[in-house]
Amino acid sequence: MSDIPDTLADGATMTTAPDPVTRGLAVPDLSLVVLIGATGSGKSTFAASHFKPTQIVSSDFCRGLVADDENDQSASGDAFDVLHYIVAKRLAAGRLTVVDATNVQTESRKQLVRIAREHDVLPVAIVLDLPEEVCAARNEGRPDRAGMPRRVIKRHRAELRRSLRGLEREGFRKVHILRGEREVAAAGVVLERRYNDLTHLTGPFDIIGDVHGCRSELETLLGKLGYQDGVHPEGRTAVFVGDLVDRGPDSPGVLRLVMDMVESGNALCVPGNHENKLGRWLKGRKVQHTHGLAETVEQFEKEDDAFRARVREFIDGLVSHYVLDGGKLVVCHAGLPEKYHGRTSGRVRSHALYGETRGETDEFGLPVRYPWAEDYRGRAAVVYGHTPVPKTSWINNTICLDTGAVFGGRMTALRWPERELVDVPAERVWYEPARPLATEAPGVREGRPLDLADVRGSRTVETRHMGRLAVREENAAAALEVMSRFAVDPRLLAYLPPTMAPTATAAQDVAGGPFLEHPVEAFAQYRADGVDRVVCEEKHMGSRAVALVCRDEAVARERFGAAGVTGALHTRTGRPFFDDPAVTEQILERLRAAVTAAGLWAELGTDWLLLDAELMPWSLKATGLLRTQYAAVGAAAGAAFPAVTRALEAAVARGVEAGDLLAAQRGRASDAAAFTEAYRRYCWTTDGLDGVRLAPFQLLAVQGRSLAAVPHDQQLAWLDLLVEHDPTGLLQVTRRLIVDTGDEESVRGGVDWWLEMTERGGEGMVVKPLAALVRDAKGRLVQPGIKVRGREYLRIIYGPEYTRPENLQRLRNRFLGHKRSLALREYALGLEALDRMADGEPLWRVHEAVFAVLALESEPVDPRL
Amino acid sequence: MFLTISTTGTPERPATDLGFLLHKHPDRAQTFSTAHGTAHVLYPEASAERCTAALLLEVDPVALVRRGRGKGRGGAPDAALAQYVNDRPYAASSLLAVALSTVFKSALRGVCNAMPERAASPLPLRIEIPAVPARGGAELVGKLFGPLGWTSVDARPVALDERFPQWGDSRYTHLVLEGELRLADALRQLYVLLPVLDGAKHYWVAPDEVDKLLRAGDGWLADHPEQKLITSRYLARRWSLTRQAMERLELVRLAEADDMEVEALDNAVVDDPAEGTEALADGTPYGSEDRTSPEGPGSSPGSPKGPNSSENSDGFDGLGSSGSSGSEAAAKEPSLADQRRDAILTALRDAGAGTVLDLGCGEGRLVQALLKDARFTRVVGVDVSVRALTIASRRLGLERLSERQAARVTLVQGALTYTDKRLKGYDAAVLSEVVEHVDPPRLPALEYAVFGAARPRTVLMTTPNAEYNVRWETLPAGHVRHSDHRFEWTREEFHGWADAVARRHGYTVAYLPVGPDDPEVGPPTQMAVFSRHEESDHQEGKAA
Repeated sequence: MSDIPDTLADGATMTTAPDPVTRGLAVPDLSLVVLIGATGSGKSTFAASHFKPTQIVSSDFCRGLVADDENDQSASGDAFDVLHYIVAKRLAAGRLTVVDATNVQTESRKQLVRIAREHDVLPVAIVLDLPEEVCAARNEGRPDRAGMPRRVIKRHRAELRRSLRGLEREGFRKVHILRGEREVAAAGVVLERRYNDLTHLTGPFDIIGDVHGCRSELETLLGKLGYQDGVHPEGRTAVFVGDLVDRGPDSPGVLRLVMDMVESGNALCVPGNHENKLGRWLKGRKVQHTHGLAETVEQFEKEDDAFRARVREFIDGLVSHYVLDGGKLVVCHAGLPEKYHGRTSGRVRSHALYGETRGETDEFGLPVRYPWAEDYRGRAAVVYGHTPVPKTSWINNTICLDTGAVFGGRMTALRWPERELVDVPAERVWYEPARPLATEAPGVREGRPLDLADVRGSRTVETRHMGRLAVREENAAAALEVMSRFAVDPRLLAYLPPTMAPTATAAQDVAGGPFLEHPVEAFAQYRADGVDRVVCEEKHMGSRAVALVCRDEAVARERFGAAGVTGALHTRTGRPFFDDPAVTEQILERLRAAVTAAGLWAELGTDWLLLDAELMPWSLKATGLLRTQYAAVGAAAGAAFPAVTRALEAAVARGVEAGDLLAAQRGRASDAAAFTEAYRRYCWTTDGLDGVRLAPFQLLAVQGRSLAAVPHDQQLAWLDLLVEHDPTGLLQVTRRLIVDTGDEESVRGGVDWWLEMTERGGEGMVVKPLAALVRDAKGRLVQPGIKVRGREYLRIIYGPEYTRPENLQRLRNRFLGHKRSLALREYALGLEALDRMADGEPLWRVHEAVFAVLALESEPVDPRL
Repeated sequence: MFLTISTTGTPERPATDLGFLLHKHPDRAQTFSTAHGTAHVLYPEASAERCTAALLLEVDPVALVRRGRGKGRGGAPDAALAQYVNDRPYAASSLLAVALSTVFKSALRGVCNAMPERAASPLPLRIEIPAVPARGGAELVGKLFGPLGWTSVDARPVALDERFPQWGDSRYTHLVLEGELRLADALRQLYVLLPVLDGAKHYWVAPDEVDKLLRAGDGWLADHPEQKLITSRYLARRWSLTRQAMERLELVRLAEADDMEVEALDNAVVDDPAEGTEALADGTPYGSEDRTSPEGPGSSPGSPKGPNSSENSDGFDGLGSSGSSGSEAAAKEPSLADQRRDAILTALRDAGAGTVLDLGCGEGRLVQALLKDARFTRVVGVDVSVRALTIASRRLGLERLSERQAARVTLVQGALTYTDKRLKGYDAAVLSEVVEHVDPPRLPALEYAVFGAARPRTVLMTTPNAEYNVRWETLPAGHVRHSDHRFEWTREEFHGWADAVARRHGYTVAYLPVGPDDPEVGPPTQMAVFSRHEESDHQEGKAA
């Protein structure tokens, strides 16, 4: 850190609106204000009149917290532990904090200065130097301090006076001393904005990567961006990420251009490590003329002293990083972790200029950089340069714009807020690199690693459609087990389907009943929610499958970072649907062919798409369950009942009164047979892909767009196209009927359609609002679908004998509230994942929402719903 | 659920005496209320020559499910505890055994005041039970009833579904027992052996199980060749299964969401020590595996164990390699798991490691061993399986440890496919029998999390040597040693991967054999010792 200049532009602040009447005490708007004064000097009163109550942390209060007595000096140790803890928490959160304690001893101040430094905020001292008499009189007036010996005040004042001179040396960046009551009364606190805080500037900006003396390329790039003589006709502002100089052919020319733009208010500029070194050279410090400085020095030989002085002043005035556009954008040279944004310290400046190294060097002798972007989880986009990369890419909302123009690469700019990249090629190789350009930006060497802290423990996920949704720890733990052990690569796992609530339990007297579920309830519910038009979709009985289909392997690699695959086919818990990747690829191949033949790539403007579907037969995936549970129950019943009825028949024939029992057992036997028939409908044998069917029912997303809110008639039109263009018989159409919930006849039509379908053995149907994503009159999200399952199908769920009146009567008493809530929360999280992906958000953000869906799936809810 | 008891007779000793022995009149249908439904006793035939009593238990499936209510968190009926689609109403399980003991209470005790001499002497019996759930199949039925004096034990497997012959047999058998036995003995055998055969999930717990077993087993259990299996199944299952179900409710729900059995997800740890013994005793792999296809992954030998779980008893450990002098010699040698643990401890000591991560600690056997050596000042066991950690915590007695000992050890849930800041700054990390539980496409994530992010000075990794598999006699060719192994590497494959990892992350790597180093196929376990380049340490020291 020795090469950081002492004159930290960052440390300075701008004073705004000084009050002419009172004495303005400048205080940076993020700082640790340490009040210093003897007991009775009026610190608490001063603090209360100049700061918000929540900004003040007082030692008396902390003493009270730990000892029930604000004056219990024996509790001071613990009280200060608490005080320091609170101060640290506030500073970490970026909040101005005032410490109300005597702070007359060096040791106590030293600790506060250390805490301020640890959080990269400036410590400010405000000293209340009041006469002993005044302090004594004030203490007299307070019953709890009336008995305080005079010598305490004397000692405090003595320590205070000894301290006064050394305060700046102790690390306080500003020291305000108020002597006497009058000065205290006349003082006012003036909050100053930090130099790096340009959150009020909203651009639009054109952020330009490392230039390194390539003036001609810079001029071409500015031209391409629309600048004319350093001015953009639409009022855009250029932002330079530093390293304007060294290595290239015309560093002075670049500086001249940039300095003009900055001075005329058309550009902002942060310093790079090369500016920093040049600045030191210009000040006559001894620096090594390596890494391209030699060329600059040579070019500066031709410049006059006035130019040199101008450059020196320019570099001196550069602020290490800027926070722009309401805090949404941070620009600096070498990247910056979130905890340093808007902070002011040598450490922050050092990171902004040089990045962080891991203390290791690579095979070319250059330092190995710490991959800070990997850990980055901030909401602000960080745009930086410094590390030449062949191709820019966003990693966790950060992007490196140094594309090695001076090494013969390209010069790159990022349009903000458009997030568009604009670049121009280098005219030639101006300088040979010491090592080949890294293959990828720092931090993506191994892909985009996810951190456990992104998913572990009890969390809340912020969603667009339902606000903050909580995930409990035990559910996250279960999800972690499944996600880490069984799921496909998270990069290919953009979505997990939400659970779906069934319809309200059917009325007892519904025609043709008894039913446990019946469509009229679903239609009525949507009508009550204000949904007029719904689509009834045939519910396929297989296993849920989500398919990510890429146009080719290159697209999968490019968009999803996955090698050797063209997409993914996974279950509702994210497991690969097939153990054999080759089978997955065969299915993807057929889907791809259908998408291509249907012309959907072009129609949707994408080179990949994400599909929600049902894969049949059920027996393909659920064999284990079929064998241990469904078929097993059928087998046990099938083995037992013939013997039971035979025995009862014989007994009845003997004259034993068992006629009723026999009838009941015959009924049970027929229920069990119906049960076996019910599951058998969803089982058939397959050979390879022969016999396998995939019924897509929603297009979830394509490049840059979530399609979850596209109305279902449009969705089904796309999907019909897809099915039509599949010659292999894999894809299966989803039958549907549109129903007007307010029209009796239409509703009756829906009921008949369902009856006809379920009587032929269909699982049932799903009723969805035609408009897909709908809110009710109160603005609440409406269920995206309600399932209405057929009477026979429900035997698989509620058991063979559920239709017997005594059973049905009890089963009616089911509680849907939790299931409905769960369905909506998972739906909102699924939408969130798709939206985040569409917005190009970092992988961890998408994964956070996907993971939460899985976690919620492990919440306790009646599994039969 | 249903069974019939028949006997034959002569005019002098009419078969209808069965009615006296059972205390149930042959001409009446009688009904009894039991805990799980209504029991009916009636006689399909009752003549001097032949008499058959039938016991029918009508189980109320809805009530069965509701009984489970309130036990799960949140009071909801839970899949783990209750299924509406349940074989209990049809199969002869412990529920039938309980009904048997209730309805034929006196007969079971051999009490018959009317004709004590009939009760005390054998009579020709034929017992037919059409659906006996038998974990272990017809073969086990034969083993259990065979030594008990029956002249004929006929257990025919019931097909799962004749429409789908490829699904094979169900776990039910149609059982017919014939022979001359005392009625009370026959009933008491059924009372014990039906639940033992079933071996499945009953969530009712009786506090005096041992007494009941001793009483019902009097006179036949002590000399039964399968006594160990009978005892362990009878006593162990209830407690452990209940506990196990409660410990993994969340996973049960996730499995259910995906139409899977929970055993497929929760295979990270051995279910229960008692069950483990049993697995060896009856020669069949325990757990879910006998319920999956013989060709399926579940049937491969060995006990379940998950990724991230360096569990200690892979199926082949301790059985000795083939060609050795049989099981007695093998039993004296330390198991492969023990040898592996010793090799790891030695390597850690050689590396001078004080703070150690056990990544994939499983049930915590290595953690336990590390804690016995004071030079390991800090030990962190990491596993993704919450249940493994729960078992490890019990094993280590974490709650009873002294403060000083407790301060040395932490167990946390973690997953190696994510980077984890908590894992930084340790001297060494052990990944024992872990890497083979990770899908190959996820290996780069594991590599980065361990070597790129956590970066301990030393990394020890053990994994099976696939070449050695030909030496396991019981392992079918081409099979992996454990159903959850996503792959098994040859020495060349392991070295190829490990060398590249070391190169990419600035480590050197050395290889050590664990277990007998076969001249042809190498050792059963291969171990890699990764050491971070010293230069980097030096520079890091300087930079700090």
